[in-house]
Amino acid sequence: MAIKQHLNPTNISDDPVPFFSQLGWRDWLYAIVLMASTFLAYSKYSQFMDAYETTFLFGAGIVFSLLGWCWKPIRLLLVGIATLSLFSINLYHGDLESVNQVFFLKFLIGSQTAVMWMNVLFVLAMLTYWFALFARSAFTGRVATSLTWAAVLMGFVGLMVRWYESYLIAPDVGHIPLSNLYEVFILFCLITSLMYLYYEQRYATKQLGGFVLLVVSSAVGFILWYTFSRHANGIQPLVPALQSYWMKIHVPANFIGYGAFSLAAMVASAYLLVNNGILVSRLPSTEVLDDLMYKAISVGFAFFTIATILGAVWAAEAWGGYWSWDAKETWALIVWLNYAAWLHLRLVKGLRGPMLAWWALIGLLVTTFAFLGVNMFLSGLHSYGTL
Amino acid sequence: MRFAVSVLTVLGIASIIGTVLKQNEPYANYVIQFGQFWFDLFEMLGLYDVYHSVWFLVILVFLVASTSLCIYRNTPLMLKELRAYREQATEKSLRAFSHKYQYRTVSGLEQVKQDVSHFLTVRGFRFRTVKHADGSELIAAKAGSYQRLGYIFTHAAIVIICIGGLMDGNVPLKIQEVLGQKTVESRDIPAKEVPKKSRLSVSNLSFRANMTLPEGASADVAFQRVRDGYMVQELPFSIALTDFRIEHYPTGQPKSFESDLVIIDPDLKQPIKHTISVNHPLLYKGIAIYQSDFQDGGSKLNFDVWDILGPEAKPIPAEGTVFGKTEFITGASALQLEFIDFRKFNILNLSPDGKGKPRNVGPNVTFKVRDSAGQAKEYVSYMQPLQLDGRAYFVSGMRSSPQEEFKYLRIPADSNFEIKAFMKTRAIMFNKGLHQEIAHRFALKALKASDDAAVRTKFEASIFQLLGAFSEGGYAEISRLIEASVPKEQREAAAQTYIKIISGVAFEAYQLSQEQVGVKNVIVDESTQAFLQDSLNAMSDLFFYGEPIYLQMTKFQQREASGLQLTRSPGKNLVYSGSVLLVLGIFAMIYIRERRIWILINPEQKNVLFAMSANRKNRDFEIEFNRYQSQLKTLLES
Repeated sequence: MAIKQHLNPTNISDDPVPFFSQLGWRDWLYAIVLMASTFLAYSKYSQFMDAYETTFLFGAGIVFSLLGWCWKPIRLLLVGIATLSLFSINLYHGDLESVNQVFFLKFLIGSQTAVMWMNVLFVLAMLTYWFALFARSAFTGRVATSLTWAAVLMGFVGLMVRWYESYLIAPDVGHIPLSNLYEVFILFCLITSLMYLYYEQRYATKQLGGFVLLVVSSAVGFILWYTFSRHANGIQPLVPALQSYWMKIHVPANFIGYGAFSLAAMVASAYLLVNNGILVSRLPSTEVLDDLMYKAISVGFAFFTIATILGAVWAAEAWGGYWSWDAKETWALIVWLNYAAWLHLRLVKGLRGPMLAWWALIGLLVTTFAFLGVNMFLSGLHSYGTL
Repeated sequence: MRFAVSVLTVLGIASIIGTVLKQNEPYANYVIQFGQFWFDLFEMLGLYDVYHSVWFLVILVFLVASTSLCIYRNTPLMLKELRAYREQATEKSLRAFSHKYQYRTVSGLEQVKQDVSHFLTVRGFRFRTVKHADGSELIAAKAGSYQRLGYIFTHAAIVIICIGGLMDGNVPLKIQEVLGQKTVESRDIPAKEVPKKSRLSVSNLSFRANMTLPEGASADVAFQRVRDGYMVQELPFSIALTDFRIEHYPTGQPKSFESDLVIIDPDLKQPIKHTISVNHPLLYKGIAIYQSDFQDGGSKLNFDVWDILGPEAKPIPAEGTVFGKTEFITGASALQLEFIDFRKFNILNLSPDGKGKPRNVGPNVTFKVRDSAGQAKEYVSYMQPLQLDGRAYFVSGMRSSPQEEFKYLRIPADSNFEIKAFMKTRAIMFNKGLHQEIAHRFALKALKASDDAAVRTKFEASIFQLLGAFSEGGYAEISRLIEASVPKEQREAAAQTYIKIISGVAFEAYQLSQEQVGVKNVIVDESTQAFLQDSLNAMSDLFFYGEPIYLQMTKFQQREASGLQLTRSPGKNLVYSGSVLLVLGIFAMIYIRERRIWILINPEQKNVLFAMSANRKNRDFEIEFNRYQSQLKTLLES
């Protein structure tokens, strides 16, 4: 019954250490630099910011400090994103045309190029993860993890620089890059792989990388198709309904949900393989997979609930009612009900086993329909990301 | 519980229907889409407004009732569990636990008790100690009891949200309808004339109604759409619109919609002036006023009406207002012009490959032309010429019924970007009195001076015939002429010759039209040729334009109307507080883990029994148990 293989070898005689005492000098340095940058940004740009934006700025400083404390690699990632983005922005010299002239922007860290690097790195990472799985190579696994981190770094740099670029088009066009399908797909890739990386470390297993990056790579495929076939990668100004500070929290919260559900579905597929005797020796045990699946769905569910509620609050401001039975809203409700039932059966009824895995896998279809299908097949108020 | 889950499933399926079937469309559209039989069936099932149908609301009520029952039944139990330490557990029952461990200890009872209580306290457990008759002592501890609150919170949240939603849905209205106190109005009559049975008073608790307010107008009622009709919602104040503005980005996309409103209320010393925009509504007397859409508010339009089939090239001026009707007499028949819409900005992507940037192509007008038999054709015409394939055209679309796509007529603009040159050339081409002369002029150029008179006469006669055919039905008539008079194998060649001739003839007509305005030497360059070719195509298409007139907008005086949505939703705060409760509940349910620990110290036998349980046994629990087990080992046995 007891699972011994994943026991943490903690210092057994020690009492649990309070959170703040666990922090080392690196944590404090990180937080101090982060908050100092926040104040610097505020002192430099406060005249352009309203109360909401000021709140967001300081809120972000605090949230990312905490995030870095709870999960250490975030610290390095954030420093990397900041350094590369600032370096890239600096190269623009306030001119959009620089993208085609400056070497670094054209080939490395211009907004679209950085996203392309992200795409390439994600696909490479996936292949490397699969190779590591079949070759049972720990070293290759570490390479795959690094590649994923690099992809995440490039993706965030791409978004950051794109944010800046939007203001170069015209000051009134500028907005956070979360407003159309191209942008949110990048966000989806980043959030899903970040969540995976967290669990990879938490569960000390690299075997699931190939599975999770499969769904990320599909999203990469979509980004490529959207870029090259539909030329929809340009920055478009915001329609009046989207000009709201709610967008900055509603959209990311939703994508934490979507990302977590996708992660859970991919873990579920690994669960089903193991359960049917495939790759048993290479993949983690079903107990671990089951637990991971549950954790991912819990996180996703919590954030999806918050996102839907925030959406309702926003809808009350923009559309005149907190609930309009718009197609996207309704499908969000269906997704919510689906995972609510999943959690209910597991938590209250104690249901376990392959049925939950199948359900999580099928749940991905429902989620995908809510995310993409609604835009493709149904009409409604959420017509911002049409195909 | 099982009932609640089935109810939720039905709710989910019903919601899906509502997203697949477009809701609240005009009923005529459904009839066209499904046919009469299915239309009636779907109407009976309330599928055109699923979310407000009686059965849907009944399901919601059932959901509220069954969840409330759940809470009522389980809450006392939950609260009891939350408080209880279960200190009455016996040694026998503890030994039956799956997660237990027995330690041998050398320390005395007090020492063990002190160690254990420290151990539990720093790990967030609260406990009670019970002394047993045999000298042993039991420490019953628990942590994460607030997980139980998660259950109560989430379920209460669902009830609260649903009640809020039902309050803001149209339940009260539904009940009044069922009781026969209110009926839906479906006639197109002024708001003042709507009978009391279809009016909702100021005291109506919750509503979501719309109002279209033209600039300069004011109103104190709004309209609630109900199925295929509406109800009039009276307001405790009146709203006037002074100005409506749309701002555009440099790319042409809309940037903002704003309405300058004035709230006029006898309760106010001075009217409130306020500008609303999307995402920035105004709240007054519990009613939120939102910028929802916009439309034309009755713009004044001026036109040149050209006769397009007759021999005249003089336009007749006409005027009209959007939503208004204008009589127009042409020849023997009277036509009624009904203006439907005017748009000042039209953002179109006219680049040939569709990859270029969309841009504003200027104003257009949508109107209907109704003949004396009552048959109407719908037109959409652009005021300024559009750039298509590098050339400028006046574009107008026509369709005979709303189900059809517009078919577009493209009239080439002249070098002054006007329609005049085309109309003049056309008038000459369609003027039978001038055909003789044009034929003569053309023959002069086409034939050598040496050709004898008989040939010339015959040639002129055939051109005369050709012109006659073209002026009666364009290319289609010419092809009929060919079919009637030319043997099958020569038709291809004849058609080519005729087309060449008609181009030449068109040039003569054009030249004649230029001479009429005093231009002597007409320059024949590529653009003139292209213009003439386009003109001929357009002339031929005129016969398919439906009516013998062409409306060319010359002036407009725009008057816009702002679409406002007015809502009163007392359930909103309930829904929001329910939402907060829901989030708290979900986090409590997922992230607080309830665990219980019993430590039975038996000083006589020098042993300590450690047992642990959780209401949800998962991996985290196993890990925690293993950790505590080994930590206690060091604590108690060393």
